[in-house]
Amino acid sequence: MKENTRDIKFTLNGKEVEITVNPKMLLLDLLREELKLTGTRTGCEVSACGACTVNLDGKAVRACSILAAQVNGHEVVTIEGVADGEKLHPIQEAMVNHGAIECGFCTSGMVMSARALLLENPRATREDIKRALQGNMCADSGYVKYVEAVEMAAKVMQGK
Amino acid sequence: MEDMKNKFAVLGKSVPRVETPFKATGRAKYAADYEMAGMLWGKVKRAPYAHARILSIDTSKAERLPGVKGIVVGKDFGGFKWGWQAHTRDESPLATDKVRYMYEGVAAVAAVNKDIAEEACDLIDVQYEELPAVFDPFEAMKEGAPLVHEDKPRNILVEYHWNFGDVDKAFADSYLVREDLFQTPRQSKGYIEPPAVLAWWEHGTLHYIGSKGSPYMLWRIFGRAFNLPLNKVRVIQPIIGCDFGGTKNDGHALDFSAILLAKKTGRPVKIVYSQWEELTTCLRRHAMWVRIKMGLTKDGLITGLYTNVVADGGAYARMSPVTMYLTNGFCTLPYKIDNFRTDTWNIYTNNPMAAAMRGHGMYHTRYAIDCQLDLMAKELGIDPVEIRLRNSIDNPKPGETYYTVNKLRVATCGVKECIEESAKLFEWDKYHKTKKNGGPIARGAGIGASGYLSGARLTGHNSCSAIVRVNEDGSVNVQTGASDVGQGSDTAMCAIAAEVLGIGMKDVEIKRVDTSYNYPDPGSYGSRVTIYAGEATMKAAEDAKQQLLEAAAKEMNIFAEELEIRDKKVFMKADEARFLPWLDVVRAACYANIGNVVIGRGVSRKGTKGFSPKAFSTGEGDVGTNYGFAAQINEVEVDTETGVVRCTENSAMADDCGFPLNPTIVETQCIGGSYHQSISSALYEEFVMDKGSTVNPNWIDLKRPRVYEAPFPKFAHVITNDPYGPFGVKECSEATTCTGAPAVINAIYDAVGVMIKNMPATPEKVWRALKEKREAEKKK
Ligand code: FES
Repeated sequence: MKENTRDIKFTLNGKEVEITVNPKMLLLDLLREELKLTGTRTGCEVSACGACTVNLDGKAVRACSILAAQVNGHEVVTIEGVADGEKLHPIQEAMVNHGAIECGFCTSGMVMSARALLLENPRATREDIKRALQGNMCADSGYVKYVEAVEMAAKVMQGK
Repeated sequence: MEDMKNKFAVLGKSVPRVETPFKATGRAKYAADYEMAGMLWGKVKRAPYAHARILSIDTSKAERLPGVKGIVVGKDFGGFKWGWQAHTRDESPLATDKVRYMYEGVAAVAAVNKDIAEEACDLIDVQYEELPAVFDPFEAMKEGAPLVHEDKPRNILVEYHWNFGDVDKAFADSYLVREDLFQTPRQSKGYIEPPAVLAWWEHGTLHYIGSKGSPYMLWRIFGRAFNLPLNKVRVIQPIIGCDFGGTKNDGHALDFSAILLAKKTGRPVKIVYSQWEELTTCLRRHAMWVRIKMGLTKDGLITGLYTNVVADGGAYARMSPVTMYLTNGFCTLPYKIDNFRTDTWNIYTNNPMAAAMRGHGMYHTRYAIDCQLDLMAKELGIDPVEIRLRNSIDNPKPGETYYTVNKLRVATCGVKECIEESAKLFEWDKYHKTKKNGGPIARGAGIGASGYLSGARLTGHNSCSAIVRVNEDGSVNVQTGASDVGQGSDTAMCAIAAEVLGIGMKDVEIKRVDTSYNYPDPGSYGSRVTIYAGEATMKAAEDAKQQLLEAAAKEMNIFAEELEIRDKKVFMKADEARFLPWLDVVRAACYANIGNVVIGRGVSRKGTKGFSPKAFSTGEGDVGTNYGFAAQINEVEVDTETGVVRCTENSAMADDCGFPLNPTIVETQCIGGSYHQSISSALYEEFVMDKGSTVNPNWIDLKRPRVYEAPFPKFAHVITNDPYGPFGVKECSEATTCTGAPAVINAIYDAVGVMIKNMPATPEKVWRALKEKREAEKKK
């Protein structure tokens, strides 16, 4: 049986990637298994938990529900591409300093959803934040400090 | 709180957690993130029956599939069974003679990739003879019901019958007696990280990386399962994506299968459960039927309590004997109850197994008691906050102890203050005076109060020890056998070491547990980590400090007793201008003698007087080291047309954890425990079962708490400084796992006058209850 493959080219965390993938491969598997970017987590594989959230052309999407081949020609940012070297992004910094993070399994997804929101709407209100994070399940934080951390990050990013 | 804050340099302050920068950047490594050269992928083959005899297993077709490297079946484990205690060893890694719950593992495959492993599972041919099954514990208890385990008559896993005081007399003397049946749902643990393992054998030693919050439990179980001395079992702990008791504390098919497949193939084997496997086969919270009868005086004081509790234990025993003790034994907290009787059973069924879960046991009876109390308060015309204040255990004076009727030892109890503080923060009185209902939305507020044990001590290995190593460059390593599963204990241990040594958080490092290098520790459960590992770390740091002070004393030509360390300076207490910098002292200590290493050792002594499970039969004794308390108030909105209930942000919570070593961590823990593991079952979550099959094993059909309905509690810390915890600490967040459900269910009662006695309060249940209420009112 001849393996059916597809060549794709996309931007990943600011760098060009060219790779041959199986057309049925999920973006999540491409990131985790092929490219070894394990910061994107596998939680439910059915678009329900948000642990696998990445940014595709700036939008928050679930990597478990997108085919690797679909990102051809697009721009993908994963959790590994959010910080500026060792300097945390304001969203990450606020989550760390405000004590939002507990077990951390949902954190990558939370950061990516919040990043997409603030890219689109830097003045997001608490209601906007809740809407943006509604697809991100957490099991232990109660969400309060995550929401507050995104509020804080929004202020920092606006220079307030 | 303010003066406590100033008492310490690091403790009592909300320093950021030590590992969260790695979590925020995706660099934290969970079990599924590890891989090795030559690694194979494993998969467990599962049975499509809830109860069936295994007639034959034919693996030949699967073996011929290219890419398959090894297959194991139940018999390959040589008859090994494990369980919490010798008499509850009823479970095999993979089923051997028969399967007892739907999708129990019967074989496992290792192959070069996931797809082939899965395909090979399909090619394994298992012949079964289906057996009559039983899914309802009340049916299972009847004579003649199918037996899940042939040697357990009437499927009774465990039963207790206790009697304290004179309950019948108490009821006879009561002004009001009431009996109600409450029911708790089958609830998932809800962690997002599915169980995962990577196992390999190296130099005759078993190596295992797995998402386990109690690595030493597995260390012992693996030693027995694979006939290895403990020095050849190496359990390495990655970052854990929550635990909450159950599968991530104990073994499951993936653990044993990966290890045996690795042995058989000579290659590392990785198995990662899908969330479907987690939600169909892994350990869940017990469903319980809690019948309670309570007597009150005219003033609302509790005279006596009777609990009759039946639990569905599922197919294997696991921790159920402990569960039933906790469920009933803690009914005497946080209210004063002098007469108390219990009849309780845990029953085997052909449902998936139940096990310990955050708020273990107590969560069920707290829901029942705190909701019945509101029903009775209403009958007596007493305010819910007021009736709780009247019944709450008083905080014993320093040096004094309160003993419950079943001999729980309470040295400090801040429950009254928790109730008062949350009522104050919520503005309870004003809320009820000014609350306006209009249109189809009815609003209401409810309260729940609870206590919970910290420092669970059951006989068996209970110790905890720590080593604090001061390196020649002034940096410090803390090592304990205790596990941070997300609760923040690694940060607490670093903070304790930093505090004692007078250095900063940045100077201290803690590594994950590795059973070849750390010290046996029971694990993360029963809110025991900060109590025991905290004490051990404190003592280890004190030991290291003493060694440093002695070295400094020699340098300074004075006595060690005259010295103290603060802000990385070792100074003379009488003359602070005389000091040596931290690094100079460390160097002096390290280089004083050739080969000197500064290592402080500490052992916790609190847990060494264990509580024997034998006492479970009488219910008398103290299983905890001390007791934390909490109260919370929630507001809900009930749509009276649709029955939809939602929490509003408006809420308040107060927690007595003795002393919050890190207030932010305590707040996040308490708020999270309440929402994810308690309000979840009050409003959303329930496994729907059909003949042993879980109908909704995914997070689309199984509802879990989301951000848009999250309460944002105003929070108060109640400081009681318990004498039995290091720096005065007690548990946090298991008490609030017991207060969330009653607070919300009572809030619905306050809003619309219906008491939901079988959680969760789904729209359908609420709508039906409202309809019934309207019809009953019409008839009047
Ligand atoms: S893993 Fe993609 S949403 Fe859960």
